[in-house]
Amino acid sequence: MDMSQYLEVFIDESKEHLQTINEQLLELEKTPEDMSIVNEIFRSAHTLKGMSATMGFEDLANLTHQMENVLDGIRNHKITVTSEILDVVFQAVDHLEAMIMSIAEGGDGKRDVKEVVEQLKRIERGESPAELITVAERPSSSVSLSQTYGEFEYNVLQQSKEQGFFAYEIRVKLRDDCLLKAARVFMVFEALNEAGEVIKSNPPVEMLEEEQFDQEFVVTVVSKKSAEELYERIMKVSEIEEVEVVPFDVEERKKTSVAEAAQAEARQQEAATVQAEQQKQKKDSEPNATTKQSASVNKTIRVNIERLDILMNLFEELVIDRGRLEQISRELNHPELHETVERMSRISSDLQNIILNMRMVPVETVFNRFPRMVRQLARELGKKVNLEIIGAETELDRTVIDEIGDPLVHLLRNAIDHGIEMPDVRRANGKPEEGTVKLKAYHSGNHVFIEIEDDGAGINRDKVLQKAIDKGIVSKQNADNLTDRQIYELIFSPGFSTADKISDISGRGVGLDVVKSTIESLGGTVAVDSEEGKGTIFSIQLPLTLSIISVLLVEIQQEKYAIPLSSIIETAIIKKEDIFHAHNQQVIDFRGKVVPLVFLKEIFEIPTVAEEEEFVSIVIVRKGEKMAGLVVDSFIGQQEVVLKSLGNYLTSVFAISGATILGDGQVALIIDCNALIK
Amino acid sequence: MAAVQESELKVIVFQLKNEEYALPVQFVRSIEKVQHITRVPRTAHYVKGVINLRGVVTPIIDLRERFGFSPVPHSEQTRIIIVALQDIEVGLIVDAASDVLDVPVSSIEPPPETIEAVEADYIHGVAKVGKRLLILLNLEKVLGTESRSS
Repeated sequence: MDMSQYLEVFIDESKEHLQTINEQLLELEKTPEDMSIVNEIFRSAHTLKGMSATMGFEDLANLTHQMENVLDGIRNHKITVTSEILDVVFQAVDHLEAMIMSIAEGGDGKRDVKEVVEQLKRIERGESPAELITVAERPSSSVSLSQTYGEFEYNVLQQSKEQGFFAYEIRVKLRDDCLLKAARVFMVFEALNEAGEVIKSNPPVEMLEEEQFDQEFVVTVVSKKSAEELYERIMKVSEIEEVEVVPFDVEERKKTSVAEAAQAEARQQEAATVQAEQQKQKKDSEPNATTKQSASVNKTIRVNIERLDILMNLFEELVIDRGRLEQISRELNHPELHETVERMSRISSDLQNIILNMRMVPVETVFNRFPRMVRQLARELGKKVNLEIIGAETELDRTVIDEIGDPLVHLLRNAIDHGIEMPDVRRANGKPEEGTVKLKAYHSGNHVFIEIEDDGAGINRDKVLQKAIDKGIVSKQNADNLTDRQIYELIFSPGFSTADKISDISGRGVGLDVVKSTIESLGGTVAVDSEEGKGTIFSIQLPLTLSIISVLLVEIQQEKYAIPLSSIIETAIIKKEDIFHAHNQQVIDFRGKVVPLVFLKEIFEIPTVAEEEEFVSIVIVRKGEKMAGLVVDSFIGQQEVVLKSLGNYLTSVFAISGATILGDGQVALIIDCNALIK
Repeated sequence: MAAVQESELKVIVFQLKNEEYALPVQFVRSIEKVQHITRVPRTAHYVKGVINLRGVVTPIIDLRERFGFSPVPHSEQTRIIIVALQDIEVGLIVDAASDVLDVPVSSIEPPPETIEAVEADYIHGVAKVGKRLLILLNLEKVLGTESRSS
């Protein structure tokens, strides 16, 4: 059977499961008592095992299987969760990730995992058994007959009851030698659906279909038939070992389940308080990190981003034609045509929004691998670090998301490695032992800002300067004129590392210079600020590449240019005689400030066709504190336009940041004001 | 150039200053009529600007000027050949684009020492097809990265 077509899906899904396992393991470390987390991990591991075996990746399946055994031990309270055990499990996950990566890159996914398997086996044999507050549970090998239901399911059950249906829970056990498990399950469902309706099954239907269960499963059914009749119907299916049909009352169940939940809660509370002595309180880095029941899964579909690009481009052409239609309908003054065109306009605006949002992905997809990384790094270095993530829901264009991961990893490593001090040093300096790294993302205007802030030692200004002088990055003479900020920026120079010991952590042969160039290649900027003893903050500013921006369209001779509204302070029309000369420059007095003028006509070498007028139109733009007045011929007006790149052939055109397509289908260039302000 | 060892090479033939040039068909995306070109300031003299090609902003090179010939006003025959090389898409302005030909690979020869049409640098080879002499262009060199924007 040719599996290659499933490979992509397999890789994607495996990555997702590994991500889930990673996240949940971190949660488990915080609340080792929470069996719902273990179950979650177990489910992911189990699915992964099944998938790998189906796809024929033996090593992957074996390691996952071994991991599953350990998790099973935890579930059955044979094994106590400790950081040491989790380290091994995390290690196993790392191996699994490496294998998946190898498969993704066209490899065979083989890997020598003997050692980690051995370690897992040792854990499974109970190397470190300890007393646990055990919660009496049925052995997990058999499915508990007593199901739990969600609010929705209760409503359904309630309504069926009102309509005269009875509710049953039915446990079906297949014979051990049953060959076609999925087929038998199907037949059981078929038989039940004839007699009533299946509300829920455990394990879920998908897993049953994939034969991911041992020999038995439980279904919840509403039916007007008697229990005996249902029993008869199911027993008609061959290869069934036993069937147990238990009627239950919805209200009763609802009451007890609430009570049970409260009990479980209480048990957890109790366990937590006992644990609290051993475990220091950790703050949740994620707002929704409470015991997550497997949340409702959104149905998704993977679409190649290039297709979305094409869709977007074609759609824009449609918008241009829409503009023409609007014009024609206005001219013809035909009411029906007018109405239709108007409706079309509205629909296409909605479409445009949908297409734009399709490409946006929350930065969460990048951020969610960091907690795990931070934990491991902190353990390696013997530091205590708490990672706070703020604004993970901030959305960014897919293309940027793909690129931003590595620079962020590097900056985080940098913060933990060079920033956060050892616990004893922190104590000596009157700081809490646990350092904090804040990772924050937020939108502002047409940019997304990502900040990485640590409360560590900060950057040693003199050390940086000395090093820069040693390396010949700055000369001694210049060194005295540098501001603190400029000195901090030096750490982005190639081949720079301030750690006394070169660790393999932030070292790794890539410096901050790579971070800087990566971010700049995305059209973003990165800056650093620091206070010695207090901490360091790296701020990254990124454009929303494919975003609609507001621009002011201007005309210079016969050419049209767009100036982003985000950098415009205001527009003005002044008389020629109000222009002064200062330092060989033409300037104007703008609200008491001297603002230099930039004649776009000359900068852009625009061919002259029209005579000069006595009034000059000026767009006042700013870059930080500095201002400039761009001289144009006339303002056309404000517009929302779609930012487009000039492609890979025309890279780095002076003072042009991109282009856009206007309503008449022509291209207008977008001016990069930052390049025009000295 | 693609190292496809086939017996025949399919090419698009176009005219430039009374010579016939050819590009392998796999590099050619489409052939367009001349439309409004937006000038991009401070770029190489042969970069005429950009056009809106079905929603994609595409740079346009005047091939005459790229080869150092004198420019001519555009006519009815003038065409823009959209070519793609790796991740670069560019339109080339040519005097006319006439047809598609199969050139026997065996008939392709290395560029002669003296060819008046264009610097040997840009040439991949020449091919005789019947009475016609086709100059096969080296697209990588034509789109060479040197001095695209100042």
